[in-house]
Amino acid sequence: MEHIPAPAIDFVSLAPALILSVFGMLVLFLDLFAGKNKNLLVFASLIGLVLAGVSAFAQSNLPVSSFGGAYIVDHLSVFFTLIFTFSSALTILLSIEYNPRNGIRAGEYYALILFCTVGMIVLSSATDLIMIFLGIEVVSICLYVLAGIKRDDVRSNEASLKYFLLGAFATGFLVYGMALLYGATGTTKLAGIADAIHSGQVNSDTILLLGSVLLIIGFGFKVASVPFHMWAPDVYEGSPSPVTAFMAVGPKAAALVAFYRVFATAIPEVGGSWDTLLMVVAVLTMVIGNLGAIVQTNIKRLLAYSSISHVGYLLIAIIARNSLGGSAIAFYMMAYAFMIFGTFGIVILLGEKDSENLEISNYAGLGVKQPAIALCMTIFMLSLGGMPPFAGFIAKFYILGAAVKEGYIILVVIAVLNSVVSLYYYLKIIVLMYMKESERELNLSITPITLAVVAIAVFGTIEMGLFPDPILQLTQQ
Amino acid sequence: MFLTFLTFLPLIGAMGLAFIPKEKEGMIKQVAVAVAAADFLLSLQLYAGFDMSTHLMQFEYSIAWIPSFGVNYHVGIDGISLLLYIMTTFLTLICIIASWSVKKRVKEYMIAMLALSTGMLGVFISLDIFLFYVFWEFQLVPMYLLIGIWGGPRRIYAAVKFFLYTAVGSLLMLVAIIWMYFEVQQQTGVLTTDLMYITENLNIGLDAQKWLFMAFFLAFAIKVPMFPFHTWLPDAHVEAPTAGSVILAGVLLKMGTYGFLRFNLPLFPFASNVFMEYIAWMAIIGIVYGALVAMVQEDLKKLVAYSSVSHLGFVMLGIFAFNHYGLQGALLQNLNHGISTSALFLLVGMIYDRRHTRLISEFGGLAKIIPVYTICFMIVTLSSIGLPGTNGFVGEFLVLLGIFQADGMMAMVATSGVIFAACYMLWMFQRVMFLKLDNPKNENMEDMNCRELITIVPLIILIFWIGFYPKPFMKTFEPTVEHLMTRVSPDNFRPKKHNDEHHATAVDKHEESSSHSEKPKEKSHH
Repeated sequence: MEHIPAPAIDFVSLAPALILSVFGMLVLFLDLFAGKNKNLLVFASLIGLVLAGVSAFAQSNLPVSSFGGAYIVDHLSVFFTLIFTFSSALTILLSIEYNPRNGIRAGEYYALILFCTVGMIVLSSATDLIMIFLGIEVVSICLYVLAGIKRDDVRSNEASLKYFLLGAFATGFLVYGMALLYGATGTTKLAGIADAIHSGQVNSDTILLLGSVLLIIGFGFKVASVPFHMWAPDVYEGSPSPVTAFMAVGPKAAALVAFYRVFATAIPEVGGSWDTLLMVVAVLTMVIGNLGAIVQTNIKRLLAYSSISHVGYLLIAIIARNSLGGSAIAFYMMAYAFMIFGTFGIVILLGEKDSENLEISNYAGLGVKQPAIALCMTIFMLSLGGMPPFAGFIAKFYILGAAVKEGYIILVVIAVLNSVVSLYYYLKIIVLMYMKESERELNLSITPITLAVVAIAVFGTIEMGLFPDPILQLTQQ
Repeated sequence: MFLTFLTFLPLIGAMGLAFIPKEKEGMIKQVAVAVAAADFLLSLQLYAGFDMSTHLMQFEYSIAWIPSFGVNYHVGIDGISLLLYIMTTFLTLICIIASWSVKKRVKEYMIAMLALSTGMLGVFISLDIFLFYVFWEFQLVPMYLLIGIWGGPRRIYAAVKFFLYTAVGSLLMLVAIIWMYFEVQQQTGVLTTDLMYITENLNIGLDAQKWLFMAFFLAFAIKVPMFPFHTWLPDAHVEAPTAGSVILAGVLLKMGTYGFLRFNLPLFPFASNVFMEYIAWMAIIGIVYGALVAMVQEDLKKLVAYSSVSHLGFVMLGIFAFNHYGLQGALLQNLNHGISTSALFLLVGMIYDRRHTRLISEFGGLAKIIPVYTICFMIVTLSSIGLPGTNGFVGEFLVLLGIFQADGMMAMVATSGVIFAACYMLWMFQRVMFLKLDNPKNENMEDMNCRELITIVPLIILIFWIGFYPKPFMKTFEPTVEHLMTRVSPDNFRPKKHNDEHHATAVDKHEESSSHSEKPKEKSHH
């Protein structure tokens, strides 16, 4: 028997994922004893997330690679780990008051969020196609269940089933694309693929190109880019609000960073052949996302379309395929996390005992009745629309900068014209809140923890808009 | 530091207002007036301490803001911005006094007003493009809320239109800003958005200059607004509350003309020369078109709004006459428009408060009932027409003088605008103030009260002051005009023949900039 050497594994650099896996199982175990009161689970999950976030920053001598170069911990992945743990923690905080009110009692909810976070961390560190696939599957399977966690709600069931069927379909494309890439270059390692292309040892350019296109389709599904976006509005609408916020930030960020790694580090040299396709996808994503959002009357569907359009902007950073693009995606997703969790915090705050009040007309007159909440919502809307002095503006400046640097001026012009369109529907919410009278009195119960999440989000949105430098430096290392 | 303090004082005041319970309306108004008054009085210090012999930036302050992007918080004022800055603090004060009769959501109103003031002041002092853009967009929000919450029946439409129109222009400007940001990094290796540095060191090829010029042009032309980008203005003016209209006419539109002087001319002198003639003609179309449309308006506010389009056409024409008189006239006319049109909007607001209508046909014969009001209205009307002895005359005369030197044909057409202005203003005045008093609703109108006089009298004093003795105003921008003229002069782009002995220092600069501008001709870069 030939001796197979065990690949070198740096356990310290794997700490965040390991800690979260352990805590995930711990939470499942604790659920046996927790009974009706889920506070213990919440507490354990939050501790796990905090530990994971701290351990991500305890690394030195980055980058560290493990599993024979299939897994790398670099500054980008550390920063994304921060985004993931942070957004998962906010999701759990939002759930504390939301779940009992809406009849979600399952204890595995928290464990699933932790496992999903593990998947995201793996995905952001993966430098091997197999590892990317592993990460995507861990994330997706957790999300399928989370989307349907409101067991007796038809919409939630529909969301889950739809997400599962389409997601599984998309995974097929992804695997096929990976297989073709492997067939063309003889390796699944991203660095190896880049080398093979660079030295001209590609078996077949056609297969390589076909593989890239299939990968675009697969990733396109995962990040909800047009024309593979149709699941997003339904899934966003049907899922419980905290899960929707979670989906809009963490998994999307993870898929984007893998997307970026594949297209900007493995196959940038054949960029000329795929970037036209990706540009078309980006433009369509922006345009259809924004136009779709204009006609929505349900706030969660509106945010779903808005998040589609944001993916369009983020794809621009991938097309730019420079290091600025990676940093820009990182900064953008951090800013986006604050804006989205704040917005969903308000969406949850507006819910009543028997109705979630998801129609945007429920926001009418909020400026008079709840001036503080309305002000926060205004800040989030303006920031999502990319208005200074909020985080969304700096993020957009960064993304557009990455593209202008590479000379994609037309693309950038299309992007800014789209953001004017997006301002229209963000302003619509502000118009409702301040300039219309409310139709009926809402009986709001202002719950403290959700309010705290909104406060954190407002702070972050303003902080990253006025003094973005500390976070910019983290992303630029 | 002083400039920063002055700029953010209103915002600090607005934050303070947030802590006053909304029932205490009297107190809220008093605090707002106190903050605005303090800001105005302190801003006069700028005039006192301003060195009128130089075109350089004064009261400068620069500190790193976002080092990773190379963005600085860099502020300062020169001759172009000094008077606009003081006018902003002045009009904010006037507007807050004029808003005493606002009943609805007073607290939010005053907060929006003060926040708007900070945004506008920030635009005039920013010497960093990024910072400028932040302020430029920031002031949209309070203005949008002012129109949308406290405006007339179609306020939401007008507010959204105002917002989106401006956003289209400014986002394209953002693309241009980002382009220059990377271009300057490529050329000099310095990552910066500092306007002064970019103006001095960036060489832009002619083709690129044209594109960049157009991006900036669109942003500013919408703001000014130049024909044919003016359609948001009448809507916004008609729907905005009185104070909103005053700020809009008095300050916001000036941000457009200011932008041309601060960005387009110094950054793209080449393209400015290329486009000069087209823009001048656009300005002339605006003058005549605005005047003709104003003539047929039935709503007083709309009439004043279209007269704004016409008047700002004169300002733009002055700028793009590209000579000394024209530029001087443009800067002065910029100020004059802020004074006269603001006064007109205040006056229209006063009769609207009494009668809740602005239709000219509803009035007639008011002179007998409200004589003091009529006198004030007459003075302002005459100033708007440009009667000798009022501010309007000095400004328009200089602009026309400038354009006459540049092109006689243009001057001829533009002058017709002055005649039309007399027509629509006087005709309107006649229909409102004279004729027979045949509408019984007008019979019990009260004349101006003390508070209203406080808002109008300072403007009337300024009208005569600038009309008879404009020197204290004109001399503030004298060196800046001189400097700007040498920078955009077409001589820069022709082979040099001999040096001009009169402006030794200016010529040094001018040689520098000309050598910059000539380089791109030889090497075409993309």
